[in-house]
Amino acid sequence: MPKSWRRETKPHKFCPGCGHGIALKALGQAIDELGLQGIAVFGCDIGCSLLAWDFFDLDTVQTHHGRTIPVMVGLKRARPELICIAYMGDGGGYAIGAQHLVNAATRNEKITAILINNTQYGMTGGQMAPTTLPGQKTETTPYGRDPEITGYPTQGPEMVAAITDERAYVARGTVARPGQLREFFKRALQNQIDGRGFSFVEVISACPTNWRTNAKETWEWVEKLMPTYFRVGELKVPEALRGKGVEVKDGETS
Amino acid sequence: MTGNEVVAWAALAAGAEIMYGYPITPQNEIMHYWTRLAPKYGRMFLQTEDELSAGFTTIGGVMGGRRAFTATAGPGNVLMQEPMAMAEMMRLPVVVIIMQRGGPSTGTVIYSQQEVTLTTLGGNGEGFRIVYSTAGNQELFDYVIKAFNTAWKYRFPTFVLGDGYQAKMREPLVIYDPEIRGLSPVPTEPFLGKPGVPGVDRLPGHYRNTYNTEEELYEVIMGLARAYEAIIPEVVEFEEEAVEGAELLVMSHGVVSRAVKSAVRALRRDGYPVGYFRPITLRPLPVEAMRRRAEKVRRILVAESAYGQFARLVKEALYGLQVEIVPLFKPGLGINPEEIYSRAQELIKGGEKGAEHIAATHA
Repeated sequence: MPKSWRRETKPHKFCPGCGHGIALKALGQAIDELGLQGIAVFGCDIGCSLLAWDFFDLDTVQTHHGRTIPVMVGLKRARPELICIAYMGDGGGYAIGAQHLVNAATRNEKITAILINNTQYGMTGGQMAPTTLPGQKTETTPYGRDPEITGYPTQGPEMVAAITDERAYVARGTVARPGQLREFFKRALQNQIDGRGFSFVEVISACPTNWRTNAKETWEWVEKLMPTYFRVGELKVPEALRGKGVEVKDGETS
Repeated sequence: MTGNEVVAWAALAAGAEIMYGYPITPQNEIMHYWTRLAPKYGRMFLQTEDELSAGFTTIGGVMGGRRAFTATAGPGNVLMQEPMAMAEMMRLPVVVIIMQRGGPSTGTVIYSQQEVTLTTLGGNGEGFRIVYSTAGNQELFDYVIKAFNTAWKYRFPTFVLGDGYQAKMREPLVIYDPEIRGLSPVPTEPFLGKPGVPGVDRLPGHYRNTYNTEEELYEVIMGLARAYEAIIPEVVEFEEEAVEGAELLVMSHGVVSRAVKSAVRALRRDGYPVGYFRPITLRPLPVEAMRRRAEKVRRILVAESAYGQFARLVKEALYGLQVEIVPLFKPGLGINPEEIYSRAQELIKGGEKGAEHIAATHA
């Protein structure tokens, strides 16, 4: 258990098989290894991510509707010495809160944004998200998502990489490779520690509850299906971070 | 100097450290002046992508322990209610300046008093917030300074409710150092990022606005309600004039109260028994003082540049009293002293007949 986890609130509140626990473990390890417990502030959103409001021994604020980015931006501007982590789901980052992600990235806000992509809205009961896969059945696409009507899955990190300057760090990790994910988080946080700029990590995650998948099907989904739409790896690495830490190779597991 | 400029100077005098803002008329010059002053005095500014962000970044700044504020108007005030509902739930000392414009929706960019309901009670929740309604530039200066102290002392979101006229009109102003008048800035304290390692040296600060059970939420809201009720006697403010022996009381707030005051003085001079009453805090309302005055008059004329938003507050405050409430509603339009004079004169002269007619109209 990472040192920065709050033992009193464990076991955590997420559903069995949920990817949040793995992502938050990797984040906890990254915070531990960088020694950030005394200066990191964790902001979480509405939706499943709100269940992390007392997850860490870190000062934490839970907000709603994709507003975790502006809360962390406001905090970072007011207290630049703090390490501000905005943690959200795909709705908070790509739908209802997309304007905040886009503009924080454009302004090169010196925060770290982490977005959990589980291809649908978990907390509200499994509706379509911007990340829902073509053909995927959700409560609001009961016959499968038709890209002609609702478009293709949002390529979040690709978008953020395109609109940020060279100081930004952008990666997409997966809960299927927690070791690699931890390294991505460390590099994203290091980018903030160094005061370079915006850092963004999307995490491919699992929602067996709303996917209605068993363990085997869940992992096939995460490991095989989702990476066909969402490429895992680092999309943008500032010069100062190159050659350090992980280099990502296709098919790597850790 | 214009009201918007006054706000920027007042925020500076109040020790505001950072403004987060998004442009909307008629309050834009607050940030125009702030961005000119701020670098010279070591203060900060961020222009956000919208009012949602302006409200939430202000929350972030406040939670970091900074005297942070924002300003907005009209449809921006609508968007601002989402962050302010969170500030209410977490009792965050957020300061917001509102310069009311006409509505609904885009409305006009000029003037109204149509943001009373939104500012006093807006957002999902009970409206545990403090709202000062100012009547001119000197009051803007005084109450912006006061708002920061009220917010940080009592920890409820605090609003200064101005309007398009106040924002744009030029009036003389006495600028002062609040310290000289004994108004020392109430110290701030961080909610997030306090000294020490959470879980090692201290407990972590875990702030949420989500609750899992009805009972849990009930406890939290009742706690807020008790805290809010307790501060009401310390916070409420009002102004009255010529109330002794009045048969008719004219109630108004904000800039309209200047026309009312002027009309009441003229009416008194001409021998009409008319009094003036103006709540300065619209939330909480000075209910006791309002009832004390209302009990002694036959009628109350409510003058406002809206279709009864303020009157609704008045009616609720006076519930159960045998006093007739007569409207003078001009949504989006200014009200001048002559209109108030002639309406009050009609009411005094008209006696019971006039009253019936008015009561029917109002119903």
